[in-house]
Amino acid sequence: MYEMVIGLEVHCELNTETKIFCGCKTTFGAEPNTQVCPVCMGMPGTLPVLNEKVVEYAIRAGLATNCKIREISKQDRKNYFYPDLPKAYQISQYDEPLCENGFLEIETQNGTKKIGITRIHIEEDAGKLIHDKEKGTLIDSNRCGVPLIEIVSEPDIRSAEEAIAYFKKLRAIILYTGISDCKMNEGSLRCDVNLSVRKKGAEQFGTRTEMKNLNSFAFIQKAIEYEFKRQVELIESGGEVIQETRRYDQVSGKTFSMRTKEDSNDYRYFPDPDLMPIITSKEKLAKIRSEIPPLPDERKKVYVQNYGLSSYDAELLTNEKEVADYFEKAAHYAQNKKTLANLIITEVLKLVEEDDIKIPPKSLAEISNLANDNKINSSVAKKLIKDIWNKDVDVNEYVNKHDLLQINDKILLKQYVLEAIADDPKSVLDYKSGKTIVIKSFIGKVMGKTGGRANPVIVTQLLEQELIK
Amino acid sequence: MYTVSELSEMLKNKKISSVEVTTEYLKKIDKKDKEIGAYLLVTKDEALKSAKEADKLISKGKSTALTGIPCAIKDNICTKDIRTTCASKMLEDFVPEYDAFVIEKLKQKNAVILGKLNMDEFAMGSSNENSHFKITRNPVNLERVPGGSSGGAAAAVAADLATFSLGSDTGGSIRQPASFCGVVGMKPTYGAVSRNGLVAFASSFDQIGPLTHTVRDSAMVLNAITGHDKYDSTSRAHTTTDFTKDLDKGVKDITIAIPKEYFEGAIQDDVKQSVLDAAKEYEKLGAKLKEVSMPSLKLALPAYYVISSAEASSNLSRFDGIRYGYRTSEYENIEELYKKSRSEGFGDEVKRRIMLGAFTLSAGYYDAYYKKAVEVRALIKQEFDEIFKESNAIISPVAPTTAYKIGQKTKNPLEMYLGDIYSVPINIAGVPALSIPCGKDKDGLPIGMQLIGDMFSEALLYQIANAF
Repeated sequence: MYEMVIGLEVHCELNTETKIFCGCKTTFGAEPNTQVCPVCMGMPGTLPVLNEKVVEYAIRAGLATNCKIREISKQDRKNYFYPDLPKAYQISQYDEPLCENGFLEIETQNGTKKIGITRIHIEEDAGKLIHDKEKGTLIDSNRCGVPLIEIVSEPDIRSAEEAIAYFKKLRAIILYTGISDCKMNEGSLRCDVNLSVRKKGAEQFGTRTEMKNLNSFAFIQKAIEYEFKRQVELIESGGEVIQETRRYDQVSGKTFSMRTKEDSNDYRYFPDPDLMPIITSKEKLAKIRSEIPPLPDERKKVYVQNYGLSSYDAELLTNEKEVADYFEKAAHYAQNKKTLANLIITEVLKLVEEDDIKIPPKSLAEISNLANDNKINSSVAKKLIKDIWNKDVDVNEYVNKHDLLQINDKILLKQYVLEAIADDPKSVLDYKSGKTIVIKSFIGKVMGKTGGRANPVIVTQLLEQELIK
Repeated sequence: MYTVSELSEMLKNKKISSVEVTTEYLKKIDKKDKEIGAYLLVTKDEALKSAKEADKLISKGKSTALTGIPCAIKDNICTKDIRTTCASKMLEDFVPEYDAFVIEKLKQKNAVILGKLNMDEFAMGSSNENSHFKITRNPVNLERVPGGSSGGAAAAVAADLATFSLGSDTGGSIRQPASFCGVVGMKPTYGAVSRNGLVAFASSFDQIGPLTHTVRDSAMVLNAITGHDKYDSTSRAHTTTDFTKDLDKGVKDITIAIPKEYFEGAIQDDVKQSVLDAAKEYEKLGAKLKEVSMPSLKLALPAYYVISSAEASSNLSRFDGIRYGYRTSEYENIEELYKKSRSEGFGDEVKRRIMLGAFTLSAGYYDAYYKKAVEVRALIKQEFDEIFKESNAIISPVAPTTAYKIGQKTKNPLEMYLGDIYSVPINIAGVPALSIPCGKDKDGLPIGMQLIGDMFSEALLYQIANAF
């Protein structure tokens, strides 16, 4: 049996107003080459001047992921030729990154797991090449010099699910700290996956491959699954994995070799002589620490300890800051936080996949309270959320007007139960002969007859009584 | 011939107008520069325009020390809307859309810029023979090199084709040509003059400085171009605001160190004698002499060539034929575009340094070369610090020889590099040093001595130099 060993390298564009080494704006989607100047264009004689905000933001990310922050850090040049890189070197950090030795915690099926963070460093982004059929290859330099942090994890990840959980958690933390908008579709959050395989129980790592620029959770998942299978099959058939960079093809769902280690660049890193060391005093660090808003894990802890939620549910609620903020606002009105949390996790999160939350927190709390008071059942509650989504209505009025209140009247429900039994004698026989699962079809029928309003607990009890008669 | 200080007075007292003196210089350049070759570009119209502007200010009584003074600029210092070539085919048509910090400063002071000066390509060389466009001749003896890389800047002042010029000094590029041409050249403290707009050769060594007829002139020009620049992270506000203030204080109670290693080995006899004589002269003037030692001097040259070439290999990578500068005419793919543009656009010396630098930074060689060189750098700085604990300045030759014949050393780059032995330690340590004429050799060629000071001690160096 093989296991996969994964480490992620995540690039995240910081949402500072200006670029890392000049005063140009960083706004996404501007007309090509309108947010440029001689410095970010790498014109002769120009010099970089470090944007202090970038350091502050990166330190925020470091503190939020339990990293140690270097008192003295330096910036280095990574030298390589590419048309999107105007100076033919990228200013990055090599052996003295700003943040080191951190970790974050993810929820897995086997409980909480710590994933180590090797380092977080600052660097500048490159431009964008646009391949035009008629005009040839064009360069948009707007992105040149947009500040990035690169977050490198330890090879602690053992499955695609863990990789996604880590990536989601990291994204949540970054969003909470407010240093990036983390928009994967705009490229402000990008993920490279390093993956190797080894026999379970083996100590040594196998040879790894790197898959670059996976820009959605789904692609990360698929790329990992494919690459794991590819490597295992390769080894099983007597082959050997080569260290290389591979491209994930979204259409075929396969990975393809881009370049091997042999023809990869020697980046000739050396300290950038144009920039001074970055010095972070204890005072500065304390100030940055004091400015970090509560992080997902702090909120998670409150949800578990005070509201009685499971770690897993609390994690789901805190993955997105907006959702956590929403949950907390609604919780203010809700009698039972667990009921509320369930409604958010099962219904609201589904609806927000393509939308913002379009139901006021107070309305959701009212629905939750109705369910909690047994005035509506859970399926009605879910349907109700969908029905009043994006509509400005009063929940109680709506429930009354559409006659949605739960039927808890045993006498009334017994009539429906008896009708259902009478309609399907065959299933009654089945039930009596031990196929008790058919009770579900009876429940469904009663629900159908009552427009979904029957109290399912009472219906089940009545059915159990009547079916054995 | 005009010095800056004299001309400044004349202009202020309206004995001459800036337009008159500028016209005079333009005529002289037109006549004489054919044989010298100091200028790559003469910006006649712009010069006359700013001269007129300067005259207006003078008539309103609003002049500064440099208002209306005609000067010229080494062609690796960016001038807005005026071609800046670095004497390279690579940048033959490059026109910056910005002024270097020092140019802004000169313009604020209404100095008149006559044009751009020849140099070794990208400031790499010691004889001006590495210019892509033409050689520059030493005005003292036309068969001789003017030195380099600021050869045009030194020759322009020596031939009086400008009252002063700005050069750049990475390993001696202001001081050595100043010495060869018999003018005054100042390499300020690293960080004292902004590098913003200076096309980078070796960023941790490069400094801009003035080449002038007199020590006073040098101090006056430095006054105009120093200052903190927020666009250069390595720039620092100078502790001195007026470099002319101590010029006449003499050298009583000043201790001048003589490092013995600077007078050993392959040094021309009359150069050595002349500098030692100058030291004796200082003693007569009241200074104390102190023999000291700089054991790591022999390591300076290799350390310099490793670090400067490493930085150059990276700094010059941006000249890739993609956005500006030379691009090869035929190519099949991006790889070929890079290779051919750079092979055709750079001269031999530049390519030699890029290859050397790329090699020393390569995986597997970094520790043996670059890292070692950085260690040597710290050692040399330490030795300077030690000396400055007990001495105010150091006296030494600028170069082991006087100006050699054109073509004499072009076949042997290593021999050419050896000529930098006395000048590079200064850049390695980041301290200031001044080159001033101190005599003539047997062929009548100028000999320069070097006065080296502690960080930000330019005012003291000027004081000592002016006493000579």
